[in-house]
Amino acid sequence: MYQFNHASELLQMCENHKLDISEVLILAEMEESGRSRDAIRGLMEKQYQIMKESIRKGLSPDIKSVGGLIGGNAHKLSVYGQEKGFCGKTVLKAVSYALAVTEINAAMGKIVAAPTAGASGIVPGVIVALQEDQKYSDVKAVEALFVAAAIGRIIAINATLSGAEGGCQAECGSASAMAAAAAVNMAGGSPEMCMDAAAVALKGLLGLVCDPVAGLVEVPCSKRNASSAVNALICADMALAGIKSFIPFDEVVDAMYRVGRKMSPDLRETAQGGCAITPTALQYAKRILE
Amino acid sequence: MINTAVSIFEIIGPVMVGPSSSHTAGAARIGNIARRICARDIKRVDFYLHGSFARTYKGHGTGKALLGGILGMSASDERIRDSYQLARAAGIDFEFHTVDLGDAHPNTVKIIMQATDGETFEVTGSSIGGGKVVITSINDMVVEFTGQYPTIITNHLDKPGVVAHVTSMLSSNGINIAFLKVFRQARGSQASMVIETDQEVGNDVLAELGALPSMSRIVFIDTDKQLE
Repeated sequence: MYQFNHASELLQMCENHKLDISEVLILAEMEESGRSRDAIRGLMEKQYQIMKESIRKGLSPDIKSVGGLIGGNAHKLSVYGQEKGFCGKTVLKAVSYALAVTEINAAMGKIVAAPTAGASGIVPGVIVALQEDQKYSDVKAVEALFVAAAIGRIIAINATLSGAEGGCQAECGSASAMAAAAAVNMAGGSPEMCMDAAAVALKGLLGLVCDPVAGLVEVPCSKRNASSAVNALICADMALAGIKSFIPFDEVVDAMYRVGRKMSPDLRETAQGGCAITPTALQYAKRILE
Repeated sequence: MINTAVSIFEIIGPVMVGPSSSHTAGAARIGNIARRICARDIKRVDFYLHGSFARTYKGHGTGKALLGGILGMSASDERIRDSYQLARAAGIDFEFHTVDLGDAHPNTVKIIMQATDGETFEVTGSSIGGGKVVITSINDMVVEFTGQYPTIITNHLDKPGVVAHVTSMLSSNGINIAFLKVFRQARGSQASMVIETDQEVGNDVLAELGALPSMSRIVFIDTDKQLE
C-alpha cells in the first residue's frame, strides 16, 4: 500500500522503501487507478507537453483575454529578460512563462489546471524554465511534476485547493509550494528538502486573499502567478542551501486551511473585497457586466 | 475533510480550455451531457443561467463553453472559443437568459433543447468546482449524477421486474454497478433509472437493454477522458 494522507507518511514511505517521492506517487496511482506504470507516466508526459504548448502560445505578443484586462505581458517580459533585469535570466524566464500560461488561459486557450486554472502558470513556469536553463532531461521534468502532484494531493486531502473555499493562498499558495518542491527534486534535493521548500513557500503566501476584478480570472490572478513562481524558486534555493522550515509542511497545510476558514466570504473569489472593490475595478466591472 | 481518493491527474489536470474550471470546463461538460441526453439533431437551445453563472458568464466564456458542449466539444476543445459561429454555421439557434432558480447551486444552468423532430428536452446541471458537475434534473424528473462514471439513464414503465432485468443483464456482461437510483413520476407511470457503472458499457449491451419490454429509451453517457 502506497496511499498517504500526510507529508510525514510520504517521507516515511520514501525512507522505508528507499524510493523517491515521484516513485511513491506512481505506485500509489497504480494502486488507486488500476493503470499501468507506463500509462501513468505517459499521461503525465502528455500533461507536460500541453504545458509547454500553452507557454509557447502564451508568449505571443497579440494575446487578448476575454475580459480584455491582460495579454502580451509574457511577451514583454521575455523580451526584456533577454538583455536586462535585476532577477537573473532563469527567474525572469519562469515569470514570463507563468504569465504566458495565465494569459492563454484567460484567452480561452488550452491549459493544464495545476492545481487550478487560476493558478495554472506557476508549476509549468518554474519547471520548464529550470529544464531549459539547467539542461535537465524530459524525464527529470516529468518526475518533478509527480513531486508537484504529491504536494497538491496532500493539500487537497487535508485542506483545499479552491479559492472559493480558502482564498488565493489555496490556489497560488498551493501551486507555489508544488513548484518549490518540484524544483528541489529537479536539482537532486532529498524528499525532506522538497517538503521544507513546500512548507516555506506556502508560509510565504499564507493569508493571500482571492479578489478577482469583476470575478474574472485576470487581475490580480495573472501577476500573482508571477510572484508565486518567484516565491517557489527562492524557497527551493533556501531548501537546497540546507535551510529548514521550522514548521513541518503538514502543519503549514492545516494552518492554511484554518486561515481560509476564517477568511470572510468577501475575500474568497466572490469579487466583494480586496482588489475587486477598488474604484478602478468597480468602474471596469460596471462596464463589462452590462 | 478527508478524501483519500484524489487522483494525481486531478491535481496536475484536468486539461481544459480556460479561464475557469467551474465557469468554463464544468459548463462545457454540462452542455456535452445535455446533448447526449437529447441524442438527436438540435435546432434551438435556450440556456437559463442562475447565480454566479448569470452574473459572470460573459467574462468566463461560460456561454461559449455551454454551447460548445451542445455541439459535442469536450472541456479541452479549443474550438469552444468559436462556438457561437460554429453553432450558427450548423443552423442552431441559441439564446442566453438569466434566471433565478431559487436555492440552486450558484453555478447552475437549465438547458432547453428543441430537436429537429419537434421533441423538447430539458436538462438542469450545476458546476460544483474543479470542472466537476452534477446533473440534477432531466425533463422535470429529479435525478443526480456526476458523469464521473459511465452512466446509463433509462426511461421505462414502472412495473415489477424491470430493475431486476436491467441489473442482471449488466452483471451477466461483467459490468459492476457503482450507484443505482430509481425515480418515477407516479406508480405505474413513466420511470427512470440512473445507473453509474465501474466499466464502460458496450453498444451491444445498450442495444440489449433498449430491447427490453417496458423500456422506452436508453441514454448512455461515457466518461469525459479529457477531464481525468
